[in-house]
Amino acid sequence: MPAISMKVNGQAVCGEVEGRTLLVEFLRDKLGLTGTHVGCDTSQCGACVVHVDGKAVKSCTALAIACADADVVTIEGLAKNGKLHPMQEAFREHHGLQCGFCTPGMIMAAVDMVKRLGKKLDEDTIRHELEGNICRCTGYHNIVAAVKAGAASM
Amino acid sequence: MNDTGIGARVRRKEDHRFITGKGQYTDDINLPKQTYAYFVRSPHAHATIKSINTAKAKKIPGVVGIFTGEDVAKDKLGGLICGWMIHSKDGSPMKAGPHPVLAQGKVRYVGDHVALVVAETKEIAKAAAAAVQVSYGVLPHVVDVADAMKSKAQIHEVAPDNRVFNWSIGDEAATDAAFRNAAHVTKIDLVNNRLIPNAMEPRAAIGSYDTGSENYTLYTTSQNPHVARLVISAFHGLAPEHKLRVIAPDVGGGFGSKIFIYAEEVACVWASKHIGGRPIKWTAERSESFLADAHGRDHVTHAELATDASGKIVGMKVHTKAAMGAYLSTFASCVPTYLYATLLSGQYNIPAIYAEVDAIYTNTAPVDAYRGAGRPEATYVVERIVETAARELKIDPAEFRRRNFVTSFPHQTPVIMCYDAGDYPAALDKALEIADYKNFGERKSASARKGKLRGIGFSAYIEACGIAPSAAIGSLGAGVGLWESAEVRVNPVGTVEILTGSHSHGQGHETTFAQLVSDRLGVDINNVSIVHGDTDKVQFGMGTYGSRSGAVGMTAISKALDKIEAKAKRVAAAVMEAAVDDVEFKNGSFTVKGTDKKMAFGEVALSAYVAHKFNSAEIEPGLKESAFHDPSNFVFPAGVHICEVEVDADTGVTTVANYVAVDDFGNIINPMIVEGQVHGGIVQGIGQALAEGCVYDKESGQLMTGSYMDYQMPRAADVPSFKLDFTCTPCPSNPLGMKGCGEAGAIASPAAVMNAVTDALGLRDVPMPATPQVVWKAMQPMKKAAE
Repeated sequence: MPAISMKVNGQAVCGEVEGRTLLVEFLRDKLGLTGTHVGCDTSQCGACVVHVDGKAVKSCTALAIACADADVVTIEGLAKNGKLHPMQEAFREHHGLQCGFCTPGMIMAAVDMVKRLGKKLDEDTIRHELEGNICRCTGYHNIVAAVKAGAASM
Repeated sequence: MNDTGIGARVRRKEDHRFITGKGQYTDDINLPKQTYAYFVRSPHAHATIKSINTAKAKKIPGVVGIFTGEDVAKDKLGGLICGWMIHSKDGSPMKAGPHPVLAQGKVRYVGDHVALVVAETKEIAKAAAAAVQVSYGVLPHVVDVADAMKSKAQIHEVAPDNRVFNWSIGDEAATDAAFRNAAHVTKIDLVNNRLIPNAMEPRAAIGSYDTGSENYTLYTTSQNPHVARLVISAFHGLAPEHKLRVIAPDVGGGFGSKIFIYAEEVACVWASKHIGGRPIKWTAERSESFLADAHGRDHVTHAELATDASGKIVGMKVHTKAAMGAYLSTFASCVPTYLYATLLSGQYNIPAIYAEVDAIYTNTAPVDAYRGAGRPEATYVVERIVETAARELKIDPAEFRRRNFVTSFPHQTPVIMCYDAGDYPAALDKALEIADYKNFGERKSASARKGKLRGIGFSAYIEACGIAPSAAIGSLGAGVGLWESAEVRVNPVGTVEILTGSHSHGQGHETTFAQLVSDRLGVDINNVSIVHGDTDKVQFGMGTYGSRSGAVGMTAISKALDKIEAKAKRVAAAVMEAAVDDVEFKNGSFTVKGTDKKMAFGEVALSAYVAHKFNSAEIEPGLKESAFHDPSNFVFPAGVHICEVEVDADTGVTTVANYVAVDDFGNIINPMIVEGQVHGGIVQGIGQALAEGCVYDKESGQLMTGSYMDYQMPRAADVPSFKLDFTCTPCPSNPLGMKGCGEAGAIASPAAVMNAVTDALGLRDVPMPATPQVVWKAMQPMKKAAE
C-alpha cells in the first residue's frame, strides 16, 4: 500500500492507503477525525465537506492518494486557540443545527462560500449555494440565518 | 423567569460538540478487535430461497464468519415483532407473518436481509457478500397497495388476500343516517404518497459479546434504547435484560425511522458471540437506508363529507387502504388505526364519523411511523376534503372552517379522542392576519401579470401526541405502557444530573430539560447535565417519538423535582431548626418564614450528604429521587398553517411564495428550539407535497428511488423562510401545561401546500408529490380547454 503524507489541520500526518481509499476514510478511520461525516454514497448530501488547499471538497469523492501533500482543514481544525470560528459561533447563536450530523459539512461549505463570495450574502445566494448540502432537521430557515450572520462576522 | 429558565431562548448546551466535530455518533465509535458487517440482500421483490452457498465467500482472506437464516433458526433467535395488536371488525386478530432476523426460505422485498457477512474490513465484507451465491425461485409480486388484495402474489401464508386486518372505528349506522339527511356530500379520492425517512445519519450498530462476563453490548442508532433492549431480550431471546446493554449515543436524526427494532442490529449483537465476542460494526450505506429503513405513509383513501344546508358538517366516512410493506414493523399496525382514524374529526364538530381501514401487505420495505405517524395522513384527508367542500359550497375556506370549529372543551369526538383545551378561532385569526389574507386577490393579480398562477391553501390541523395513558392504549392493543421515567441526582456540591428515559436526536433535551431544572431549583444551567441513551445508566424509559418527551418526559422530571424539593425542605428544616411547614423554597434558597434564616440549594445538598445535622433514622442521607409519569390524556397541539404558492404555467414549477404557521403548543420551554422543530417539520411536509415520492417499479418490484439522485430531498433553495407565531391554551393534563411540537409542521403542511396548488390550478386534485412534471401534466386538459 502506498504511503502518503499531507497537512491536516496544520499538522503533518502520514499513513498507508489503498488506491481506492477515500479522503473521508483516511480522515475518519486512519486519523480518527470523526467530525467529517458520511451521509450518502452519491456525493449529494455534503456531510463530508472539508477544505483541500483552501477549497471546499466533498471528501467522499476525493481519493486520499490524490490529496497527497495537500493542506486539508476539517471541522476539527476550524476553531483556533480554543476560540470558535465566527461561522461555528453563528450556527450556535442562530440554532442552525439540531441533530448535528450535517452540521460540519454545512459549516465548512459556508466558510468556503464566504471566501468565494464575500461577507455580504443575501438569502437567495445562500440558499442557492447550499445546493450541495442536505439537512433533514432544520428546514434550512435557521441555517440560512446562521450563514448570513456568520459571513458578516467573518 | 430567570434567564435560563422556562420560556427563555437559551442557546443549546449540546451545540459545542456538534459544531466542533466532537459529536459521538455510532459510526464514530470503534472498539478493540472490531470486525465489519455487510448484509446480503434480496435482489427480488418476492422469491423462494432455494439454496445459499457461502463456500466461495468463506475462502476470501479476512472473512470472519457468514451467517444465514439457518444459523438464526438453529440458535432459536426470535423473529422481529409488531408490538400493537389490532383486531379486525369481525373480531379476528391481525395476520402477522413471520419476520426472521435473516430470511428463512423466502424473501419478500428488494433489500430483504438474507445473510450477514463479517470480515476484518468493510471492503472484504462487501466483496465476500457479493461472492455469496443465493439461488432464488422468483414468485409473483405486488408493490401497489391499491392492487395488493387482488394480486396473485401471496406474501404471507396467514394472509391469503394480503390483508393484515380490516379495522373500523365510529358508528356506521349513525353516519349513514347523517348522510341520508345531508344537503350536500363532498367526495374525494386521495393518495398519501410513500416517503423514505432519510435521517442524515444512516443507521448503524456495533454488537459485542463479553466472553468473561457473558454480557452483550449494542451501540445503535436508536430513538428508544430501552425498548430495543426489552424486545431483543424478551422476543428475540438473546439474553436477559440485565445481561444486555443498549447504548444510543449521539443520534443523527430519527423522524420515527429509528424507533424500530431492525434485523441488522439484532444480527450484529447476536453474531458477536459466534465469532468469539469480537465486536461487529455495521453502518448502512445510504442505498441500504433507502431499501431497508421503514418507510412512511402509503395510503389510498376515499372520503366523503356530509354538510347541511347551513354549511355545517354533519358526518364523515373514510375508507383507507394502508400499505404495511412485506412485514409488520415494530409499531406498524397502530399507525393507520389509532394514530390515524382517531384524528379524523380534525378541529371540527362532526357528530358522526365512520372509518374503515384495510392494512395490506405489499412486496416493499415495511411501512411504519414517520414524523407524525398517522396524523399527517388524517390531516391530509380532513383538510383536503374540508377545503374541497368549502369550494363546492362556495363558502370562503376560512369561514367554512370557522363555522365548524369545536369551540367548547372538553370535546368528545366520535372517534375516541377527548380534546381537552384549545382556541381554534384564535389561531385562525392570527394566521389570517400574518398571511395578509384580505389582500390575497391583489397578490394573485400581480402573479398573473408575471404569467404565474397563485393559490392559497389552509390547513387547520390537530394532532394527538404525548402518547399516552398506558391503560387506555393497552385496551386498544398496545404491547407496552407509554409512561416515562426520570431520576434526579443532586450531587453534594449542588450540581444536578438528570437521568431520563427520553432520547434526544436533535430535539435539544440537554438544554430544555436543564432549563426546567434551572427554573425549579435555581441552579445554574451549566451545573445541570442530562444523561440519556444508555440502559446501564438510566433504569428504564420509553424513548422519544410521538412528540412525547416534553409532555411526558419532562413531567416525569418535574415529578422527581417535586420529591427533591420536599426532601430538601426536610433537610433544610432540620439544619435550620425550623418546622418543615415554615420552610419556603424560592429562587434557589430555602428560608424560614418570619426569620432571616436562609440556606442556598447547594448548602442543603451538602448537608443532605454530610448528614451531621439531622437524625438519619428520620431523614435518609443523600438527595436523589425518581419518578415514573403516566399521562392521563394525550395532548392536543393544534394550529392553522396558510401556504401561498406560485405555479409557473409553462414549466409546472411550483414555488412556495409564503408560509405562515400559527401553532398552539401550550406553554413553551424554549421558543428558539420549538421554532426550529416547526421549521423542520414544515419542510418535511413541503417535501412530501412537492418533491418526495418513493417509487417501486410495478413490473420488476425494484425500488426506483434508491438514492438522492432519484429521491428528491428538499434543499435550501426549494423552500422559503417561514413566518411563525403561537397561541397558547395550556394543556390541562400535565403540570407544565405543555403540548408536543415535534411533528406539527409535518402534519399540517402537506394539506396546506396541496390546497394552495389545487387553488392555483383550479383543479379538484393534484397528486403528491406535485413535481413540475405532475403539475404540468395536470394542467394540460385546462390548457386544451382554453385553446
